[in-house]
Amino acid sequence: MPTVKSVETILLDHPDAGRDHLIPILQEIQESEGFLSQESITKVGQALAMPSSKIFGVATFFNMFRFQAKGKYHVMVCRGTACHVKGSGRSLDMVTKALKVQPGETTRDKMFSLEVVACMGACGLAPVVNINGQFYAKVSPMKLQRIIEECREKEQVHANA
Amino acid sequence: MFAIEANGQTIEAQPGETILQSLKRGGINVPTICHMEGLLPSGTCRMCVVEVEGFGGLVPSCSYPVAEGMKIRTNTPVVMQTRKTIIDLLLSNHPDDCLYCARNGNCDLAKLAADNGIRERSYQGERSHRPKDLSSPSIIRDPDKCILCGKCIRMCDEIQGVSAIDFIQRGSKAYVGTAFNQGLNVSSCINCGQCILVCPTAALSEHKYVNEVLQALADPEKMVVVQHAPAVSVTIAEEFGFDPGTDFDGKMVAALRRAGFDRVFDTSFAADLTIMEEGSELVHRVQNGGPLPMFTSCSPGWVKFVEEFYPEFLPNVSTCKSPQQMMGAVIKSFFAQKENLDPKKIISVSIMPCTAKKFECNRPEMGRDFVADVDYVLTTRELAELFRITGVDPAAIEPETADTPFGERSSAGKLFGASGGVMEAALRSAVFLLTGAEMKDYKIQALRGMEGSKELRVQVGDLEVGAAVVSSLGQARKLMEELKAGRSDLHFIEVMTCPGGCINGGGQPIGADKAAIKARMAALYQIDSADQLRVSHKNESVHRLYKEFLGKPLGHKSHELLHTHYDKREVLL
Repeated sequence: MPTVKSVETILLDHPDAGRDHLIPILQEIQESEGFLSQESITKVGQALAMPSSKIFGVATFFNMFRFQAKGKYHVMVCRGTACHVKGSGRSLDMVTKALKVQPGETTRDKMFSLEVVACMGACGLAPVVNINGQFYAKVSPMKLQRIIEECREKEQVHANA
Repeated sequence: MFAIEANGQTIEAQPGETILQSLKRGGINVPTICHMEGLLPSGTCRMCVVEVEGFGGLVPSCSYPVAEGMKIRTNTPVVMQTRKTIIDLLLSNHPDDCLYCARNGNCDLAKLAADNGIRERSYQGERSHRPKDLSSPSIIRDPDKCILCGKCIRMCDEIQGVSAIDFIQRGSKAYVGTAFNQGLNVSSCINCGQCILVCPTAALSEHKYVNEVLQALADPEKMVVVQHAPAVSVTIAEEFGFDPGTDFDGKMVAALRRAGFDRVFDTSFAADLTIMEEGSELVHRVQNGGPLPMFTSCSPGWVKFVEEFYPEFLPNVSTCKSPQQMMGAVIKSFFAQKENLDPKKIISVSIMPCTAKKFECNRPEMGRDFVADVDYVLTTRELAELFRITGVDPAAIEPETADTPFGERSSAGKLFGASGGVMEAALRSAVFLLTGAEMKDYKIQALRGMEGSKELRVQVGDLEVGAAVVSSLGQARKLMEELKAGRSDLHFIEVMTCPGGCINGGGQPIGADKAAIKARMAALYQIDSADQLRVSHKNESVHRLYKEFLGKPLGHKSHELLHTHYDKREVLL
């Protein structure tokens, strides 16, 4: 677990920062808070004297930044070459439909968040999906649907217990 | 000066300028999209590429410095084919709804395609389907029509210093949007509409209220009253094919009557009223110790700018409403009383050179008892549309004068349309109010012209008044930073949101270059130099209004109707 640093502390670590410090600062904030909130972007804007539209523009340029808090289950679908060849596109279609979110978004019940990654270094297991650090190998749409349902059932049990 | 060769002919070039500038002076036209006069080149659209002998590839002429002995060709098959391909690609995902488009007949992209002989589709790209942003009362964004030239972004950032919009995402998914994709209405956008003027397509256009006004005109129950701003009469003629600077004041008044408006008033009258109130406020502030400097409050884009970016300066902004809102307030109070009408039965329309005025008339404090002082604001462009729809040709009809009781105006009120004009009008009256004597020469040359920032020190009685005039919010921001840093020699500051003032407002005819704006400005000063009544404090109608209704400047009734307050505005900056 990374230590949770406030945006203020992160900004204090970058005294006299100019706009060239923007991306490292955003990375640190995302690492600490899991995503870039409006509040943190405003604070960064004030510190670097940059308009928030420009910061949002830079941040959306890169896939690594997200703007919604992660869900309880963070689903990463690999769209790297090997996974693509093995049909990960269909799994992604399935999961966007099943969760009703696009990559980078979080379900309204804050249970699932979806992210597309370019490679997780497990090409031998392609297509790969990673949920909260656990790898699932050779994932077909059917298999992924089952995995998601299992997560939901687990939550149901928790809620009833 | 040195010589270069372009298309076989020798032309003069100056060191430090770009190839494009030299070519233009030499009479060779090179098409551009992203190029903006007066700003650093961005070189993104590649429309302006030319061949330079000895260079490997094509050279973007807008951003490449010219050098001695260059041999340039602008019309080789390779250059022309490249241009065509660029336009073809821009058109490949463009919606084919030109017939219904807000810029039909006035589209830079369509003109570019026509000029370069593109008459069939070469590529069929995937269309983007992003929702239109209809949230703002002033500006509509249609991302599907955007060709990503980035001119709006640079206008908003480099000229206006607001930066409400930027490129979001990347590559084929890129679009122009606000921070966190919020609607323009909750963004830091100040509604100035300068982005509309530079947009080559209809990706940005004004929020139109023509249909609402036509409906009101057709309603026999309603009395439809219209006011027109000082800067509209010198630009509306352009929409009907006349040269910039043609004054249509009387013709426009006549045309408005023909279009069905029951009463036509001149906002310049309210400008005179503003001078009386604002001038008195300035004198009051000087005599009672501030807060100084006082800023003008006529420009609604500027007012929103202060509310967002410099809330600590809000006490310095004049509490006077803008002329539009003053006129609206007296129409729905004094005029309604006089005509024995329920204010709810009056539809108050105003013709403005401005998109921010649409936002201003919607501000909740601009009205009483749930009746807005101004119901609809039409821009100059919309007025032309209204004339065309109703079949009125202002060029063909005889001029008429505006209606009483707000028909009389001084030419000082007319000057409100140009940067420096409010200050000039205010000083003319301030000198009289403070010393009791008229100025020898009303013309104040130091305040005239297109410069973004003008300053003047003038002796008024015992007081040396420091006056500053800025137009464009980028210039305003510079001045604000100076004030923040402790500058204290200024008393009165006029700020206009648009570069050059209202004559270059976001609601004015599209496609005006610097020369056109200068011609519009010259037209206003021409009106002033030829006028009989050149100072606001001699406007008899204003005096009558005070006598019959308002009492005195800064009096109780004035405060209730003509003054307002401002609050800090929380937006994503």
